[in-house]
Amino acid sequence: MFPTPIQKTSRGVQVGYQSLLPFALVLWLLPLIAVMIFSIKPDVDFTSGNYWGIPSSFEGFNNYGRVFFDSDMPRYLWNSVLITVPTVIGTVALACMTGFALGVYKFKGNLLIFFMFIAGNFVPFQILMVPVRDLTVDMGLYNTKTGLVLFHIAFQTGFATLFMRNFIRALPFPLIEAARVEGVAEWRIFLFVVLPLMKPAIAAMAVLIFTFIWNDYFWAVVLTQGPESQPVTAGITSFNAQYRAAYHLMSAGSIVAALPPVAMFFLMQKHFIAGLTLGAVK
Amino acid sequence: MAISSNTTPPPTRGWYKRNEIAITPWLFLAPGVLFFFVYVIAPIYQSFSLSLYDWNGLGDIATNGTYVGMENYNKLFGLNGERADRNFQISLWNNLKWLLLYLLAIPGGLFIALFLNQTVRGIRIYKSLFFFPFVISQVVVGLVFSWFYLPNDGLFSIMLSWVGLEIRGGVLGNPTAATYGIIAAGLWPQTAYCMILYLTGLNSVDPEQVEAARLDGAKGRKMLWYVIIPQLKPATFIAFVVTIIGALRSFDLVSIMTGGGPFGSTRVLSFYVFEKSLSERGLQYGYAAAIAVVLFMIMLVFISYFLWSMYQDEKEAR
Repeated sequence: MFPTPIQKTSRGVQVGYQSLLPFALVLWLLPLIAVMIFSIKPDVDFTSGNYWGIPSSFEGFNNYGRVFFDSDMPRYLWNSVLITVPTVIGTVALACMTGFALGVYKFKGNLLIFFMFIAGNFVPFQILMVPVRDLTVDMGLYNTKTGLVLFHIAFQTGFATLFMRNFIRALPFPLIEAARVEGVAEWRIFLFVVLPLMKPAIAAMAVLIFTFIWNDYFWAVVLTQGPESQPVTAGITSFNAQYRAAYHLMSAGSIVAALPPVAMFFLMQKHFIAGLTLGAVK
Repeated sequence: MAISSNTTPPPTRGWYKRNEIAITPWLFLAPGVLFFFVYVIAPIYQSFSLSLYDWNGLGDIATNGTYVGMENYNKLFGLNGERADRNFQISLWNNLKWLLLYLLAIPGGLFIALFLNQTVRGIRIYKSLFFFPFVISQVVVGLVFSWFYLPNDGLFSIMLSWVGLEIRGGVLGNPTAATYGIIAAGLWPQTAYCMILYLTGLNSVDPEQVEAARLDGAKGRKMLWYVIIPQLKPATFIAFVVTIIGALRSFDLVSIMTGGGPFGSTRVLSFYVFEKSLSERGLQYGYAAAIAVVLFMIMLVFISYFLWSMYQDEKEAR
């Protein structure tokens, strides 16, 4: 193990390390701690210049109450849910199939299609922006959640295919061959042999895509406008205009908006990291 | 789809059965490839052709647009008697800053990973809390950092005043400092991402090699450089890929923190494309597409390299 395990060092170093840890963490998360404190501060603190000091009174209930009952935040949050969940389901479904096709079968063009998915996944969004927007307008889906969902599914399929294909490749192939010898139809092999083994990959993809889509801002701005279909990331900025310098409310809003992916991460940590670090280990 | 093998009449079924292994992959690929083609591959081609037109985005490009050939590119680069677009040059220059400085996330992530790669009580919680910034939306990151950078009242300005420094207009109001301020904000989640990659990589470092090197007297920095880092190569590759992509996708932070200002000094290509087309100052769709094509070409250099590396791995695996 590298660096040298701390247990093998002197008592002094061990104590030093143990006390450095929380200190380093607080320093690292300082921006987040600041928003949390902002979100429970009264408005007066900001007008009187007490930005970073101790809150003069606890206004947490008040601030969060206003975010939930006195603004469009709940609508934006609900929109985010309605955009994110169908995208996750759609992407995982498509990528399981493409991953299966590319991972199991040998045919001409296999690697070419695989590389097309990878390359497409890396392109800058801006080269797709105008055509995708026009396409969405032409389909009558501009400013709808469906329009956003369709694009997200298509784009995320690239990344998800990369993941699924590599995962399927690592499965024991004799299993599939055995099923073929038994005369099982190919689509049944997919449904009853491969799919059950893909549960960890599906979980990893689901949490990752959930986070990516929940946090998407660019496409939300390009394909939607207004509280009837925009997700929460775009919602916070409109909040920004509504309460110009209302730092306390914007902080509370930001925390509410950040909670779902944070919760997802903590609940599914193992899968999340497995998805993100794909390929980091050979 | 594939269910047709059950429902189609017997003669076709025989043909399907005989060619099942050849046909099945295409049936499974069809929906995914179709989606991807319509929303990703075709738009790239469309943007290329759009960049040869002058079009204000109204109506149909065939009727309302004018074909201008390479004119948009001439305007961008100042060729053929056109004056070069100053804002484009600023964006390009800023993109370069982003690319270079963003790479700091890689050593930064390695450093934190080495710091956290211990087995003391509660270390798992520490690791996941250090990873936190990556899970949060860039919009929130941008907002928080812009408060942090506020002139006079921002924590950063206050800390600078302790050492007697002052940035005029605050970090984000100062044309020289603003881009660096935004990059620093972007580095925060990006470093967290690189950290998690390296933590996973360190986990799989071969302990026998480390012990052998230790017996040979290698330790500290030498051990890190000659034994550990070579074994972390796959992690470094992924960290490089995601950091480059992150740097070239720097739209969210710029748009939230400065909106391209002050005086357009924080524009990057991705933001400039948006500004020239969808913002109220824009509506020059052909011109915006030409900028997008330039950004795409820059990315293509990296994409080719990534694909080439992956292809080498694929060949080995065969």
